[in-house]
Amino acid sequence: MIRQVLALIVKELLAVLRDAKSRMVLIGPPLIQLLVFGYAATFDLNHVPVAIYDQDPSAASRDLVARFLGSPTFHLVAMLRSPHRINELIDQRQVQLVLVIDRRFTRDLLTGQPAPVQVIVDGRNSNTALLIEGYANTILSDFSLSWGATHGRPAPPAVLEMRARYNPTLSSRWFIVPGIVALLTQVVTLLVVGLSVARERETGTFDQLLVTPMRPIDILLGKGLPGLLIGLFEASVIIAAAVWWFDVPLRGGLLPLYLGLVLFVIAVTGIGLMISSLAGTQQQALLGAFLFMVPSIILSGFATPIANMPVWVQDLTLLNPMRYFLVIVRSVFLEGAGVNALAAQYWPMAVIGAASLAAAGWLFRKRVT
Amino acid sequence: MNAGALRRLFGLLRKEALQIWRDPSALAIAFVLPAVLLLIFGYGVSLDARNVPIALVVQRPGALAASFTSQFARSPFFRPRRFLTIQDAEQAMASRAVQGIVWLPSDFARRAAAGGNSPIGVIVNGVDANDARIIEGYVQQVWATWLTARAEAAGGSAALPLSAQPQVRFNPAVDSRDYLVPGLIAVIMTLTGALLTALVIAREWERGTMEALMVTRVTINEILLAKLIPYFVLGMGGMAGSVAIAVFLFGVPLQGSIWVLTATSALFMLAALGMGLLISGFARNQFVAGQIAIITTFLPAFILSGFVFDINSMPRAVQIITHIVAARYFVAILQSVFLAGNVWSVILPNALALVVMAGIFLGLARGTARKRLD
Repeated sequence: MIRQVLALIVKELLAVLRDAKSRMVLIGPPLIQLLVFGYAATFDLNHVPVAIYDQDPSAASRDLVARFLGSPTFHLVAMLRSPHRINELIDQRQVQLVLVIDRRFTRDLLTGQPAPVQVIVDGRNSNTALLIEGYANTILSDFSLSWGATHGRPAPPAVLEMRARYNPTLSSRWFIVPGIVALLTQVVTLLVVGLSVARERETGTFDQLLVTPMRPIDILLGKGLPGLLIGLFEASVIIAAAVWWFDVPLRGGLLPLYLGLVLFVIAVTGIGLMISSLAGTQQQALLGAFLFMVPSIILSGFATPIANMPVWVQDLTLLNPMRYFLVIVRSVFLEGAGVNALAAQYWPMAVIGAASLAAAGWLFRKRVT
Repeated sequence: MNAGALRRLFGLLRKEALQIWRDPSALAIAFVLPAVLLLIFGYGVSLDARNVPIALVVQRPGALAASFTSQFARSPFFRPRRFLTIQDAEQAMASRAVQGIVWLPSDFARRAAAGGNSPIGVIVNGVDANDARIIEGYVQQVWATWLTARAEAAGGSAALPLSAQPQVRFNPAVDSRDYLVPGLIAVIMTLTGALLTALVIAREWERGTMEALMVTRVTINEILLAKLIPYFVLGMGGMAGSVAIAVFLFGVPLQGSIWVLTATSALFMLAALGMGLLISGFARNQFVAGQIAIITTFLPAFILSGFVFDINSMPRAVQIITHIVAARYFVAILQSVFLAGNVWSVILPNALALVVMAGIFLGLARGTARKRLD
């Protein structure tokens, strides 16, 4: 029996890897996407284009402007002499922030009135807008504190000392690149197994497989293991690239990481096989794979936090294996978490994997009538 | 186009229409898929942190500490939880029960009275760097509000010499849904457009019906047109449904004109369908066409279009790569048309880029189709 399963695995691997186009699709794009996405997917702001309208050119306003220009976050596009172009620059997306320093700026500073500084932000991308506001506020309050200190104003009773645990520079690449491990592993695994049964159904070879002495569990192994092998292989390449190319710290051990990885690939394989055996045609299988893949990525916490979703959508994500693996891969990379701390993430994936594989095996037989 | 060609085209169109009608999967891709995805994502995708669980550690309670911590209870952004020691709070953060810690050390009140600048420790979990930055921003707001409230209560001068007056254009409430939903439409329509054509034509190749068509008198142009027109109509129908959901269900404002939206959507749909035609012409079988469609449509449209990740923040080389993603231009147009209005200096260059993309894809699709005839 083992020989037969092995033969089936070899046949499946050949089916995927023999076709030059299919081989290219499995190996080329994921690696290219890793590189491009690893650099592209960032929430960190750099070179935000800024215009400044300083109505009170003075020593104090020059100091404030210098603080903005000295920050790597901002990049000066225009010093305005009149308010006319403010709307135009923002509307046309030439700048994302306009800083307007009021005419009374120095006078108010010296007389103890709150000196108004307008911060106008393009809100079309609300996340960027919030972050720009945050950066601008930090610069403004730093200016406030140091101006107050040098001009004999009473110090505020308390100041904030901010620190970030696990990711001290708050680099979003440390967050996204481990996420890409999960993202691409899922896509590659689905590509391998998602259409495999449907394709054989359409050509009729699956019925031939069913009349051999192989049991459904053997066919399941033969169909599933190639996905597992290719998925694990690609994931390992991506993990290596995350560590050595993108310099994301891998603080935890390989055991908690690979335990999660194996469970994740099994769960995705199970779901892929289930979709594939449920479908009558390749077209349906592809549609099914898409219908699973797209929501599972968008609702996984890869880019937008699960905690921000409404409760019913949060409940829906409990069925999504990627949700658990993302927590595992990020915790192992950045927090150095061990197997015990991640137990709550392992078992749901194991349950999803077991249930979907069982369903796929049952559907193998069920469909032949 | 002479009368014979027109008649042949109508014949082909009728055949496509019948095929679509009998196999509901094309209708499902055009109408059900975008509606379902937009519904789930429109509710699910949000970058607005609300009710962030945060640990408050006050080592020596007092009036000053109480006035500060009460600001957290009042803030809509935080759900504060009290901890007695910093170790307990750290433990809670490690188990992800809280996302940050605000720590008032035992000498907090003494140092505040002795000269001010008494340090308040703020520790956030930095794993999700974006979330962490937003939380830091909220903490800073709470702190500034607290200082202003104290200064007002004391009747003295302003707490801080500067008063920042933020003004967010186009989206004053800084609601991430208003900006994510237009982007989602572009991502979903990329999928729909490519799926509609990629699969359908690859299927004709695989089944040999394409060869059957080719031995008749119809030209390759007529075949492509007959494929393009029905799926264009279906795609635009799906688009209209998505816009209706965005406006009526999610309440995203539509500031620009509906005609600009329709015209630019048509351009984008041509580019997306052209890409699907190209994939199917290249792959020639459904298996590979499906694999290519998965890899080249969804992920690039998701990550490289500026839908969540700001293109301005990407490294120069990656910014150049984003120019080959049609969704990038459509996302820029949609965000402006929905939130800002008919800003021609944004719409025209991006629409022109869509024309070029559509031309390239359709031209290449035409090129690969011709080769087959020989």
